[in-house]
Amino acid sequence: MSIRIAVGQGSCGIAAGAQKICSALEPLFCQSDITIDTVGCIGMCWLEPIVDIYENEALKCRLVQVKASDAERIAEAVKSGDMAAVADLMITPEDNSFLEKQTRIALRNCGIINPDSLESAKAAGGYSAIGRILSAENGMTPEEVIECIKVSGLAGRGGAGFPTWFKWNAARQSPGEEKYLICNADEGDPGAFMDRAVIESDPHTLIEGMLIGAYAIGAQEAIVYVRAEYPLAIRRLEHAIAEAREAGLIGKNIMGSDFSCEFRIKAGAGAFVCGEETALIESLQGQRGMPRLKPPFPAAAGYWYKPSNINNVETYANVAWIINNGGEAFAAMGTEDSKGTKVFALTGKIKRGGLVEIPMGKTLREVIFDIGGGIREDKAFKAVQMGGPSGGCIPEALLDTVIDYKKLAATGAIMGSGGMVVMDESTCMVSMAKFFLDFTAKESCGKCVHCRIGTKRLQEILTRIVSGEGKEGDIELLEELCLAVRDGALCGLGQTAPNPVLSTLRYFRDEFEAHIRDKKCPAHSCTDLLHYKIQPESCKGCTLCSKKCPVSAISGTVKNPHTIDQNVCIRCGQCIATCKFGAITVE
Amino acid sequence: MKCECMNQQSDLTLLKPVLEQYASVKGSLITILQHAQEIYGYLPMDVIYHIAEQTGSTPARVLGTATFYTQFRFQPVGKYLIMLCDGTACHVNGSTRIAAAIQEYLGVENGGTTEDGLFSFSIVACLGCCSLSPVMMINEDTYGSLTPAKALDILKEIQEKEAAK
Repeated sequence: MSIRIAVGQGSCGIAAGAQKICSALEPLFCQSDITIDTVGCIGMCWLEPIVDIYENEALKCRLVQVKASDAERIAEAVKSGDMAAVADLMITPEDNSFLEKQTRIALRNCGIINPDSLESAKAAGGYSAIGRILSAENGMTPEEVIECIKVSGLAGRGGAGFPTWFKWNAARQSPGEEKYLICNADEGDPGAFMDRAVIESDPHTLIEGMLIGAYAIGAQEAIVYVRAEYPLAIRRLEHAIAEAREAGLIGKNIMGSDFSCEFRIKAGAGAFVCGEETALIESLQGQRGMPRLKPPFPAAAGYWYKPSNINNVETYANVAWIINNGGEAFAAMGTEDSKGTKVFALTGKIKRGGLVEIPMGKTLREVIFDIGGGIREDKAFKAVQMGGPSGGCIPEALLDTVIDYKKLAATGAIMGSGGMVVMDESTCMVSMAKFFLDFTAKESCGKCVHCRIGTKRLQEILTRIVSGEGKEGDIELLEELCLAVRDGALCGLGQTAPNPVLSTLRYFRDEFEAHIRDKKCPAHSCTDLLHYKIQPESCKGCTLCSKKCPVSAISGTVKNPHTIDQNVCIRCGQCIATCKFGAITVE
Repeated sequence: MKCECMNQQSDLTLLKPVLEQYASVKGSLITILQHAQEIYGYLPMDVIYHIAEQTGSTPARVLGTATFYTQFRFQPVGKYLIMLCDGTACHVNGSTRIAAAIQEYLGVENGGTTEDGLFSFSIVACLGCCSLSPVMMINEDTYGSLTPAKALDILKEIQEKEAAK
């Protein structure tokens, strides 16, 4: 019997202390044939660090929130085969349902295989799809590959949802010998991390998907543009490319066929706008990442003005599965408009945060409440933000919206890359809108006036509203400006930048009004609008709060009720945290 | 009159192997700048001029490209670069309070460096570790589920480690 102990070491697992667990486990097994293995991220981030025990490659048990000090009893349990000693670490059936309710295609190997081992990837079926395509007897032509992707209904997972086959076909049809295939791994959407997880956990699936794409469009070179902020992802991808090259899976005459394709990684340098495909191309060419006017589209004139195809990591991660299982199998999942599965990064005020891959067609409620377990501390759900700075907030009344490109767009949000940030009653929606405008105003490349100046003015108006200086007419001005920016901007960043404002105005207009007219923040979040008050009947005069107050705004004598000087108070909230009698309230 | 910033004296020979490999490869400017920043810790102005000269470009174009990207710095940074994430998830989970605590403790603003040169502090866009929010990275290590107190403990630990050296 072979036993494998797999320690989850994605960025999140490592941050939670997985490496210390590995170092603690390794010496305990050096005399045995039990292997300690590094795996990527299983996506159950709230339970990290996670240690899985496999017997003959079948999962025997999953231990969660493990500490380095647990290593010895884990070792004893594994060696004796009696897992009762670690029963307290075992995942609960309730937590386990997080995975059971998912259908994993893009994430199929994440957290299961060793990302630094080609052998491990191959054992999980890696490179079988490209092998089949290139085989001499029953191979597939590039046209057949594109047809299979067309049947699958796969659409771009980076945000726009454009049919993948169409882009591939356009790049294939474009005249010219020199063509490029590019992977957009510049995951800049705040709140999305599935691309990082795929590269860190299963880089060979990305490479295989890109090889198939390169074969389909006729590219001789494939480039991965990945964020410099993902050092671990870059390291693992570099290693995977080197191993694949060594094994003849990258380079000249791949698997003995006529197909040749080179691979390289280009580290991005930090610019959100480079997620836009033409800006990404400019950046690849070593220039400022400013979007180009379209058309011509990259399929006709992309990298160095040669035909190029750009897809996102998750899109490529689906490709090999589709070739192996057939386009029909993929299309069988989902809704009429949106096929297959989608990965969501579930975060914010959610109980079980992590990566969720589900077939399209499930409702938001199912994802947030059934899979995600609902809101932390059982507070009330307020909204879910989807699509990052290009998306919007969906309120509770629309939680039964079906996940589908068109249905989500109808709410004012977008599918986007799949970031789902859950907010509870303590989140101020005006402040959220401001947060996103701060972001886009900073990230606007400056090429078009509407985006460069429009986002700045929107940001200024929102700043004024959250600091209690909003004026009558500000809401109307916001709306007018939003439409102007949307219509006047050249690229997706500017066109969608007003979405966070428009969607919060649509569903939470009363919060804007409360800030402007009543100078109140209903969520008690905007500090400039808060008033801390000591209730004289509850105050025992213990003086703790006045000692704690960093600006000496609280005065009073022992055993007599204290008062707060509103002109001095900086609304830091330390008094509330200190008071043992619940005598301090916020309005 | 020569600009003040040109009085810097960086050891340009350190950049030679990088320029030999990339100077003539078209589209490599960002890669060269990334290597230069790895070597010098930031992009000194004389290095920018040198890169422009060696790649047949102009200092304006090289600097214009460098300033476009948040990764590039034009001032020396501390030994430990603290990058506090202010992505959506971290923001919702209280990154602002952590920023305030770190700034107060170190006595630096966003983008600043402590006088002893040990820490630089920078608030950055999403680091992609949202499930651990709020998160910060110090050099290449990620720290998650922060509270103001926990963040300060991590900094204190580094200070103690450095003081012991």
